[in-house]
Amino acid sequence: MTAPPLLALRGIFKRFGAVQALADVELEIRAGQVVALVGDNGAGKSTLIKVIAGVDPADEGVIEWDGRPVHLARPHDAQDLGIATVYQDLALCDNLDVVGNLFLGREIHRAGLLDEVEMERLTLDLLQTLAIRMPSVRLPVASLSGGQRQTVAISRSLIGEPRLVLLDEPTASLGIEQTAQVLDLVEQLRERGLGVLLISHNMGDVKAVADWIAVLRLGRNNGFFDVTTTSHEQIISSITGATDNAVTRRAAPGWEVGR
Amino acid sequence: MSRTWSSPLRKRLPAGRDERPPPGRGRQNPLDMLKRRFHSGELGSVPVALGLLVVWIIFAGLNENFLSPRNLSNLSVDIVGIGMISTGVVFVLLLGEIDLSVGSVSGLAAAGFAVLNVIHGVPEGLALLLAVVAGTVIGAVQGFFFAKVGVPAFVVTLAGLLGWNGLMLYILGSSGTINLDDKGLVAMLTNYYFTNVAAAYGLAALGTAGYFLASYQDVRRRKAAGVPARPLREIVLRTGVLAVICLAAAAVLNEFHGLPLALLIFLVFLVGLDQVLRRTPYGRMVFALGGSVEASRRTGLNVDLVRISVFMVSGTMAAIGGLFLASRVTSATQTSGSGNLLMDAIAAAVIGGTSMFGGRGRTWSALLGVLVIQSIASGVALMGIQTAAQFMITGGVLLVAVVIDSLSRRAQKAHGRV
Repeated sequence: MTAPPLLALRGIFKRFGAVQALADVELEIRAGQVVALVGDNGAGKSTLIKVIAGVDPADEGVIEWDGRPVHLARPHDAQDLGIATVYQDLALCDNLDVVGNLFLGREIHRAGLLDEVEMERLTLDLLQTLAIRMPSVRLPVASLSGGQRQTVAISRSLIGEPRLVLLDEPTASLGIEQTAQVLDLVEQLRERGLGVLLISHNMGDVKAVADWIAVLRLGRNNGFFDVTTTSHEQIISSITGATDNAVTRRAAPGWEVGR
Repeated sequence: MSRTWSSPLRKRLPAGRDERPPPGRGRQNPLDMLKRRFHSGELGSVPVALGLLVVWIIFAGLNENFLSPRNLSNLSVDIVGIGMISTGVVFVLLLGEIDLSVGSVSGLAAAGFAVLNVIHGVPEGLALLLAVVAGTVIGAVQGFFFAKVGVPAFVVTLAGLLGWNGLMLYILGSSGTINLDDKGLVAMLTNYYFTNVAAAYGLAALGTAGYFLASYQDVRRRKAAGVPARPLREIVLRTGVLAVICLAAAAVLNEFHGLPLALLIFLVFLVGLDQVLRRTPYGRMVFALGGSVEASRRTGLNVDLVRISVFMVSGTMAAIGGLFLASRVTSATQTSGSGNLLMDAIAAAVIGGTSMFGGRGRTWSALLGVLVIQSIASGVALMGIQTAAQFMITGGVLLVAVVIDSLSRRAQKAHGRV
């Protein structure tokens, strides 16, 4: 591997008051890779996502983008670099149609007026290349199913031509069929050469789409595994801390109280 | 539509286009479409149009004067004052908020104009401008307390309802009533008619032609871009319906005094603000904010600014409406802007199909809603029944409108989460 990774986190620390949420966290994501970020509740997954998205900047540590150190102090900084975030609550406007949601805040104008035709054309193009089924792009998203809404949220993150997509629990509330749709979409992103960081609780999903699995435990790295060569049990034990030495295992319950 | 989509082609993904019909507006028979639109919460103006038809049929059956050119022409002028106020209310409702001060603001604007012009001799044009700007400023103040301080809009505007009414009584002074110049500019707003028959017909033709050309242009652009477009058949049909309505209205108006200036101004405002809401980035922001504040914030939308601006629109329209109401009686009195005005203005927007829950509505709902309300008032007055009946009927219509809104919203929810 000669090219520098798309995104590299080195020695990230993040503290909320007395709680050390992230401590010396390292992570690398390369273009065309899906990295799953797993860990128990309170392990610091969401905090790490917020650091990368620029919502909650890190206290210490270096973030490298294409090998160059960058500052991510605001959500805009991350967006400008090409980092798109799909939050768990999707943040869609139920009353707007698919086109309206995709281009919300990035509307295309023509002589001061919205260019609905162009936006609809681009929407259809995007959905087509992603092989997304949608009854109509002119329906309010309130009338779409949970999976369709999730695909709209993910597609929206692609409008700005990002290079890295952060997905926070994209399959958490979906049925089997809809989960499959979203996982298909994640694979699409990889095929397009994007980096993907996927937070998930579901080991099945993770094994299905991820190339690498990064485990966080109590705010620290606890393993970086190649999916093809790692067993389910190994990952689980890494998440739960069964591979830790006896001392940290004893300390663990006490730490959890503070979170 | 979806049948053609769930084909095995899903896995084959060249970046280019293939033969599949793109997902777009599916055209089915009208009943299916109506059902689908109900489920997606987009019934729009269908129920109110039917309601208006029922009201007219009933009153026409009860009193032959109801559909007389004279009565309809008066109706077309009577709706303008409340209609203007209601148009502003539509903006606020789109945010899912409410503005209770519009009645008082309209009264204050009328009184302000009267005091400036009649008592202090300020030129009419300037006094009119100042009265309207006062409405804008009041809206900005209320919007500030709502957006920046975080006081619920309901309470801010309730304070406005009392406060601005008090201010109006104060500036009217002891006399209580100020008569306007009945040949003046404001009086002209509602008593000027374009007596030349060409005016009404010309406007009808212009409106219809404009609609057709805009739709046709849209179809051509859509076809050129390869995006699903309405079939030409449908556009011709819609234009035809519009043409019939416009020409019939023009013919009726020409039977009396001709095209009223007030109606023309109202229509200009409706078309203009409709374009603002549906076609500009600003309008899209208003809708987005009505849909989800959080989602709007994350896309970088300036929530506070949009909120304040919406209350400014509402205040401005209330002031304009107040001037039309004062024009109708050529005076500003202590009762200006009080009584049922506020309720009628809000009810009109809701009856017309604008949702109380925010995010759904059009300026045209103000026109349709106020037509229903004024038709009931006019019909009841013609029959000589006291206002008791008018209140009860209007209340019933409002209830039906809100029930439809709520059911449609529930259907949308149920439909969405299958």
